[in-house]
Amino acid sequence: MNTLNQLFPGESAHVTKILLNGSMRRRLLDLGLCSGTYVECISESPSGNPKAYNIRGAVIAIRLEDSKKILIS
Amino acid sequence: MGILNMNFKKTKSSFEYNKTLALAGNPNVGKSTVFNSLTGLKQHTGNWPGKTVSSAEGVFSFGKNSYLLVDTPGTYSLMAQSIDEEVARNFICFGKNDAVIIVCDATCLQRNLNLALQILEAGKRAVICLNLMDEADRKRIKINVKALSGMLKIPVIPTTAKDKKSLIPLMKAIENISDNSIETIISYPAEIETLIKEISNILPDKLCTKHPKRWISLKLLENNSSLLKELKNSLETADEQNLLAEAILKTELILKNHEITYESVNDTVTKQILLTAEEIAEKSISYDEKKYCERDRKTDKVLCSRKFGYPIMLLLLSLVFYITIWGANYPSTALSTFLFKIQVLLEKAFVFLHAPDWLSGILIHGMYRTLSWVVSVMLPPMAIFFPIFTLLEDSGYLPRIAYCLDNSFKKCCACGKQALTMCMGFGCNAAGVIGCRIITSPRERLLAIITNSFVPCNGRFPALISLITIFLASVSAGFFSVPLSAIILTGFIFLSVVMTFAATKILSKTLLKGTPSSFTLELPPYRKPQIGSVIVRSIFDRTWFVLKRSALVAAPAGIFLWVLANIRLGDLTILKYITLYFEPLGKMMGLDGVILTAFILGLPANEIVLPIAVMSYTSQGVLSPITSLTEMYNLLVSNGWTVLTALNFILFSIFHWPCSTTLITIKKETGSFKWTAISAILPTFFGIFLCIISKIVFTFFL
Repeated sequence: MNTLNQLFPGESAHVTKILLNGSMRRRLLDLGLCSGTYVECISESPSGNPKAYNIRGAVIAIRLEDSKKILIS
Repeated sequence: MGILNMNFKKTKSSFEYNKTLALAGNPNVGKSTVFNSLTGLKQHTGNWPGKTVSSAEGVFSFGKNSYLLVDTPGTYSLMAQSIDEEVARNFICFGKNDAVIIVCDATCLQRNLNLALQILEAGKRAVICLNLMDEADRKRIKINVKALSGMLKIPVIPTTAKDKKSLIPLMKAIENISDNSIETIISYPAEIETLIKEISNILPDKLCTKHPKRWISLKLLENNSSLLKELKNSLETADEQNLLAEAILKTELILKNHEITYESVNDTVTKQILLTAEEIAEKSISYDEKKYCERDRKTDKVLCSRKFGYPIMLLLLSLVFYITIWGANYPSTALSTFLFKIQVLLEKAFVFLHAPDWLSGILIHGMYRTLSWVVSVMLPPMAIFFPIFTLLEDSGYLPRIAYCLDNSFKKCCACGKQALTMCMGFGCNAAGVIGCRIITSPRERLLAIITNSFVPCNGRFPALISLITIFLASVSAGFFSVPLSAIILTGFIFLSVVMTFAATKILSKTLLKGTPSSFTLELPPYRKPQIGSVIVRSIFDRTWFVLKRSALVAAPAGIFLWVLANIRLGDLTILKYITLYFEPLGKMMGLDGVILTAFILGLPANEIVLPIAVMSYTSQGVLSPITSLTEMYNLLVSNGWTVLTALNFILFSIFHWPCSTTLITIKKETGSFKWTAISAILPTFFGIFLCIISKIVFTFFL
């Protein structure tokens, strides 16, 4: 199973499922991340966490703990 | 308005208007610019009633009408989660407004359409203000406005909000706005449409007078309790409210029958809105330059890289300080020489008028001297630092700081956004505390609020700069090195950041235990700040603010101090009694009684601490005017100051209780005396501790 945190800067994929619940799930949906969304990893911060992703034209930083629960293909 | 420029100007005006407009949009789309361009000075900022969410209202006229423009907090969607979003949703859907101006970022249209579609679905009269067209042009993004308008069935007006002329077509569209007659703007998958139909059938018409039936059905499916409460409150009779309660129960039954959960419905609905937005965006946007965001990406690659990220942050910080110190030098000297000339004139005038000694004492040596000290020493650095910081903020760099420091904050069980509030604290701690509203988790917000005073605010910088310059950075007698001062100042700021982390960690292990909350951060595109207007507006803003505060705080403090220094009780003046009382504690901390008294008396405003100390020294001895740093050095040294004293003054200045404005703000934001007290005690404790340590190190090893 591939997860979002495994993407390195420059790589992209489609989201298949979001295993998060509650406010984080809601937040991601609001930002346009749902199943089928095309995501590209843009950069990682100096410490490696969080990483920034291009979601529907905007650059959003997401922590490793959360991106581990976003399944991609 | 930038986060640093939270102007508290409350214009007491009775706004007259005949129409109300709501201003809605995602964060970072230039809503504030639209608001400011339309309303100018005729605005009033404050809080939404009963909430700690800032609001802004203003008026402007166009054509035959006078409009009240209400700014709402930036939100990504009407399906609200945080207080900010609730406030926005409630005003847009249930508030008294005649129309909604939906501000969209032309460079990120797809995501912005999410909100726009939801607002249209709610049946609101709306126009789209397609903002930041200059940025879109720069990135060679072409938007087919006509097609977009056709698909959304409402006017779409391209604008560049900072250019007021571009807002005229927007206002014309508002003038001619017609009702929202769109039946179905978003088509959902079959199973959802079935549900909507069934619910619409059981919904009485009485409930659907203010909103479309379809929308109410969708909201019943969303089952958001705070929205349903607002809906209930918007109904006028108890009869209608009962009908609503019935409808809610019936909806539950319908879902049970179909064996579907609210959650899965919400997922499908949200996804469909996003897909519709994607479709509309694809049909109306074309990119001439496939790699339009390449420059931003490359910049971020450098600024947030493993090798350069942290060093660049430190470098930028030192640069900001260097510019502040260097830039403030000349105006400071000029101002103090000029103001001293006026003092001489005043003294002569008082002599001429045969004024009694005590009167000239209070007014000239008390009030005027303190006032002129604050204005000449404190004002220039503050007036320079703020504009620079605002430029940094406008350019979009600050979220990158939060991005790079998030990991460190997470290790202290706090939120990366604390980096942002910390930066705001450099400008003003009170503004930083208010800025903590961007942190949604209450525990993390408290952490950010309590530790905000660990970074020195603008008011403390001038004293820090002066003392660093004359005691720590002086290369040889009389020559003060500016670059060295900047570097040393950066060092102290670095220390205060480290202490912020330490304090956050301690608090999160003791009083504020908990786990880090969810965190997403948007990194907005880099934008070229409008250097000219920002600098001018900021300098005037800050200068006015400092002058006002000197009149309100420094002048009375000067009078108060003169009184304390000249009224004798027995052998000694009151001031002497006070300073002697604090002498033992002061000496233990490597300071003295005068300094501690100055800090205590400086509670209303940090910028008067050093002036009070200087005044206390001069009132007890030589009355020579201090018009240059050299003279201040001589005065301090002749009163027993050593490098250690200066060092500890600097340490205590950084780590001591917040000023009274900040304390009041903390009380307002947290609603608790306990946390306000802790906010005062914690930094003081750090300060005393560090001073004692430094004294020990100095005495025994140096």
